[in-house]
This record gives sequence, C-alpha cells and structure tokens, in this order.
Amino acid sequence: MADNIQKTALDRRGFVAAGAALITTPVLFGALFGKAARAGLPEVEAAMAEILGGKTAEEGRISLDLPEIAENGNTVPLSVEIDSPMTEDDYVKTVHIFADGNPLPNVARMTFTPRSGEAVASTRIRLAKTQKIHALAEMSDGSMFTVTREVKVTIGGCGG
Amino acid sequence: MADKVKPRVKVPKKAEKGEVIEIKTLISHKMESGQRKDKDGNTIPRKIINHFVCTYNGEVIFESDWHGAVSANPYMAFRTLATESGELTFTWTDDDGSEYTTTASIEVV
Repeated sequence: MADNIQKTALDRRGFVAAGAALITTPVLFGALFGKAARAGLPEVEAAMAEILGGKTAEEGRISLDLPEIAENGNTVPLSVEIDSPMTEDDYVKTVHIFADGNPLPNVARMTFTPRSGEAVASTRIRLAKTQKIHALAEMSDGSMFTVTREVKVTIGGCGG
Repeated sequence: MADKVKPRVKVPKKAEKGEVIEIKTLISHKMESGQRKDKDGNTIPRKIINHFVCTYNGEVIFESDWHGAVSANPYMAFRTLATESGELTFTWTDDDGSEYTTTASIEVV
C-alpha cells in the first residue's frame, strides 16, 4: 500500500517534470530564434487538466470581469466572482487564472476561505497581446467551474 | 521607480459583526517578469512578489500566488467577514525571499 502511494507520487513527479520539459522546449526555441514564445492554448489546457485531475469543469457560477478592449496590456483590471454561499460546508477553495497568449500560461491563483464571506477578488494583469483569459474554480465539494473571456489588447504588456 | 517597496492597505475602521467587508491592497514593486531583455539582449532575471497572504487575528483568510503576468505595483482586492475586533496582517513574499508586512486594525461592533 505504502509502496503504491510512493509509486504514484513518483509517477506524478515524473509527469510534472515531463510537462515542464514540454513547456520549456518551445520557450527555448523561441529564445533561439529571437522571437517571444507564446504559451498558447495547449499549455493552458495542460495546466488546467493537471488541476482537474480527470474531472470535468462545468460552465456557470463563475464570472470573469475584464475590459473588452485593453488599451494598455501592462495593466488590465481583472475581477473574478464565484456564486457560492461561502459556508464551512460549501465554499470556493481556489481560483486559477490562465492566459493563452502570454509567454507563460500562469497568471495568478487566489485561495479563499469560508471567512471570505463572498468569493470575489480583483487584481491587475499583464497581457502580451489579444488573447483569451481562462479561470478555473475549485469548490470545497470537489466540483470545478470554468469561464473564458477574450480581451483585445492594443499595446502589449511584455518585452520592450 | 523607487526601489523601496511600500505596501498600502485599505480596511474599514469599523464594521458590524457578520458584515462582508472589502479589503484593498497595493504594493510598490517592479514585478520584473523575467521576459524582458536589456539593451544587450540579455534576459533581465525575474524578480517578482510571488505570494500574498492576509491573516485576521492570526487566521489565514485569503491567499494569492502570483506569476510574471501580474502587473507592476500589484493590486489585490478581496472580501472577508467581519468576525471580531482585532488586527489584519498582510504579508508579501519576494522572489529573493524578502517579506514585506503591514497591519491594519478593525473594530467590530
């Protein structure tokens, strides 16, 4: 039993390492050719799949507020709100934010508690170009909810 | 931009017990993403605040992990239940291990 657990842990580590290698390779390639690498949708989907762990994310309950057009990609206001009673038995644990057109897919992760009262958070993010922002919420009962929003960016927020 | 990191927080001074209050935080920091290059084409190493945590009388009420895609002078607003009078502590952790901390007190009636 203990052996099994250890094996799973190792496999998982191996999987993560392989994933990291896969992600790093195009980044190195991009660097070699003097072009900024882009995370792209596959990397975002891979990152989300790891959190989902075989589960399926449903739509609804989570909303993402972003400007439709961002004039300055250096600072784009982002608000996320999840419909939840936020009680000890039923609350939002974590919200992950990903961007599919940035050099790296991860943006931020917010961890709520039943003491949050309401699952609402706002921040400001960098967007390299016009792209889609993906949010994934993990609830205390293990269910997952997702939402995607596109932001048109006039001036990118990377490099320069 | 000045290199001195200055945290700022906005917490209501007074709230009713059970009320959901909004907390706003801002900290001056370059958030060097690790994606930029200097004049000679060398990548400028990443140096960002990668973690933020807020405790209310010692109990964690909100946490956030940040990557290079969080803007300079990171802003974070969130909510919490006003449970009791006391102190909120805000801690930001830098890539270099430095911690920046500030506190705010609240009176709950």
